[in-house]
Amino acid sequence: MNEHVVRVLAPQVLSILVRRGNDFAAAEDAVQDALLEAHRSWSDAPPDDPKGWLLTVAGRKLIDARRSEAARRRREDALSHEPEPAPAEQADDTLLLLFLCCHPALSPASAIALTLRAVGGLTTREIAEAFLVPEATMAQRISRAKRTVSGRPFAQPGDVAVVLRVLYLIFNEGYAGRVDLSAEAIRLTRQLALACDEPEVAGLLALMLLHHARRDARTDEHGTLVPLDRQDRTQWNEAEIAEGVRILQAALARDRRGEYQIQAAVAALHDDARTAGETDWPQILAWYDELRELTDNPVAALSRAVAVGEVDGPHAGLSAVEELATRLGDHHRLDAVRARLHERAGHLDLAAEHYTRAAARARSTAERDYLTRQAARLRRG
Amino acid sequence: MPKYLLLKNYTGGPERHPNFAPMSEWTEDEITAHLAFQRHVGELLRERGEFVDVQALSPEGTYVRYGGPGAAPVTTDGPFPETKELAAGWFMIDVESEARAYEIAAYLSSAPGKDGQPIYEWIEVRPVLSDAPAAVE
Repeated sequence: MNEHVVRVLAPQVLSILVRRGNDFAAAEDAVQDALLEAHRSWSDAPPDDPKGWLLTVAGRKLIDARRSEAARRRREDALSHEPEPAPAEQADDTLLLLFLCCHPALSPASAIALTLRAVGGLTTREIAEAFLVPEATMAQRISRAKRTVSGRPFAQPGDVAVVLRVLYLIFNEGYAGRVDLSAEAIRLTRQLALACDEPEVAGLLALMLLHHARRDARTDEHGTLVPLDRQDRTQWNEAEIAEGVRILQAALARDRRGEYQIQAAVAALHDDARTAGETDWPQILAWYDELRELTDNPVAALSRAVAVGEVDGPHAGLSAVEELATRLGDHHRLDAVRARLHERAGHLDLAAEHYTRAAARARSTAERDYLTRQAARLRRG
Repeated sequence: MPKYLLLKNYTGGPERHPNFAPMSEWTEDEITAHLAFQRHVGELLRERGEFVDVQALSPEGTYVRYGGPGAAPVTTDGPFPETKELAAGWFMIDVESEARAYEIAAYLSSAPGKDGQPIYEWIEVRPVLSDAPAAVE
């Protein structure tokens, strides 16, 4: 049984079963049982129509679970006579599954786990490894999430923002374990983009591609973080950048701006500069100004303060940062931005102090190590 | 999801709650009830999909350091009067938010002690640094 079956066909079979009105938790169990049976019986010769096989077996498992002889005959007949969905229906099915797995009743962590399992087709062990928790913990998290969404009405199409947020969170998890969650998030967002004609879906896909394109340049051979302005830009993935820009332009042309499109536009401007010095900061600042109209997210405002520092000088940047200071509290990025601006203003002692404070609040070892080194570099100079 | 270490200290932390009575003054039943509560917290965390690890540490420990070039390691037995803190054990949890970590820590601190009263033990909550930097700069 190859990965295609588990990762691609199993979620399709699940969505068909759910669309036919089956309970989500029961359908998910049935698909897992069918995969186990496939694992046992396909070793010699996989069937010609693996999806049809899985659908039939999972359908039978569902019926077995109901333990009703009469219901069994009735539903088996119904299953065997139902036609295969057309490609357009398959896209709708993906959408339906995503809405269910990202149901607003779920906490983000539960929605992430359920999405990776039911739509991404990852095993519980793979998801557990990606999040560095015991497999039993992840199994429990998924099982609770399934119980929560079971029997709930589907989220309305207007809730696509909830789905996008979950996909963005998955993307941001990066690749801590064996599974590349960023690549997985891109794969799922591509599926969503096929099924859902919303500019913000395209915007998120573009944003992911435009950031993913820089991945190889973001760390050196020792695993140390390399900041954007020091990255070897020849290592950036041009194909991903080109695709991201193409998708973004088509989305922006529809003139329904949203947060993801704007963040993607900023990423595109960075990706477009051949050297850090050629970065079009005035244009980036204009995008952040537009973003500020849409959201009062203080982290976005902090990114805007960086752009202000580049366009109007470090003192203007510092003023913009201080306006945010009370709202951001002790957010770990606040001191990192202060440090960078103080360094540009020539206040090297202050900059070192802020780098040290930022390092103490960093939430990842890579960030902490980078900030610690920055402080050391300034103290030496 | 961030991970947190909930560190239980024998001593250490801010000033003790006036109700605190050391385990040496508890009855056997009180100790049994206390240990049952610890297991109950573990089960609760497992059931909610928040459990990562639980460990208890022996109070006996040894300090070891490099002895210098060519020299044997230097060892000293504790505990020491000047040692302010002595870790008794920990829970590691993987939770939605810092607020949830505090909630669990406070619950852990309500473990029954003497006369079945909460021990009001200080739990040190430490964020665990993630391995991977965020994918977005």
